[in-house]
Amino acid sequence: MPVNADAVGRSYGPFEPYEVTRVKIREFADAVDAYSGAHRDVAVAQAEGFHDLVAPTTFAVVIAQKAEFHVVTDPEVGVDFSMVVHGEERFTHVRPLVAGDVIYTTVHIDSIKQRAGISMVTTRAELTDADGAPVSTVTSTLAVRESA
Amino acid sequence: MTESTSPSFDGLEVGQVVAEREVALTRDTLVRYAGASGDFNPIHYNDVIAEEVGLPGVIAHGMLTMGVGASVVEEWAGAGNVSDYQVRFTRPIPVPNPGEARVQVSAKIGALDEERRTARVDLTVEFDGAKVLGKAQAVVDCE
Repeated sequence: MPVNADAVGRSYGPFEPYEVTRVKIREFADAVDAYSGAHRDVAVAQAEGFHDLVAPTTFAVVIAQKAEFHVVTDPEVGVDFSMVVHGEERFTHVRPLVAGDVIYTTVHIDSIKQRAGISMVTTRAELTDADGAPVSTVTSTLAVRESA
Repeated sequence: MTESTSPSFDGLEVGQVVAEREVALTRDTLVRYAGASGDFNPIHYNDVIAEEVGLPGVIAHGMLTMGVGASVVEEWAGAGNVSDYQVRFTRPIPVPNPGEARVQVSAKIGALDEERRTARVDLTVEFDGAKVLGKAQAVVDCE
């Protein structure tokens, strides 16, 4: 069954907020070989002008993918997750995420393009902090092959 | 008193290579990224499932490759100074077991914006002599 192109424009969330922790920042920095002390040592991060550990550039994907999960599991969108390949990804940061941030996320289905048995599904996750100020926009395009 | 780590804009030149690194991806690396990111798609650790969906075997998370690319840019730009970063995933990276997939990452200045004092860094990420990312661009805020 192909993806339902009528799902364009749907929004999901905001969900229970994501709390950014020092432990998770260090773990993610290790996983992507991000060596800066500002990901690990609070004193280094503060000396660089951050009030706590700063997250690596792509850390926001941890938060965005939790929100995107609601899109790929929505039966009315009809994504077969076993047929998904990641097509494109983009992060636009108003400011870097830091430990202690409480992040609210809303995800939107911006476009669904279909051709030759493949649906390109583009979602946009908007991350805001506890004060409602925008932090990051994460845009993701999944290529979904039509299942047999 | 804080010490900014953002690079100086003056003196940068288009075409200048600012950072390079070779990264060895192994099954360990993939499992570690799965845990850190929460992306537990089995095509990144289970050969049987990967082959069932038509892949050559277990492949690296595209987001791992993208994340490592960001780390190479950050090595020059400093933490927290990349304001925009985009990639297209054009080729998967199969990761053997046992063994490793060696990936070459090179970051060079692609464009300079005098007014905003930002540098666009273009990333070349290659595996087995072919590019695995398309239009991989990071915007860095400079001093």
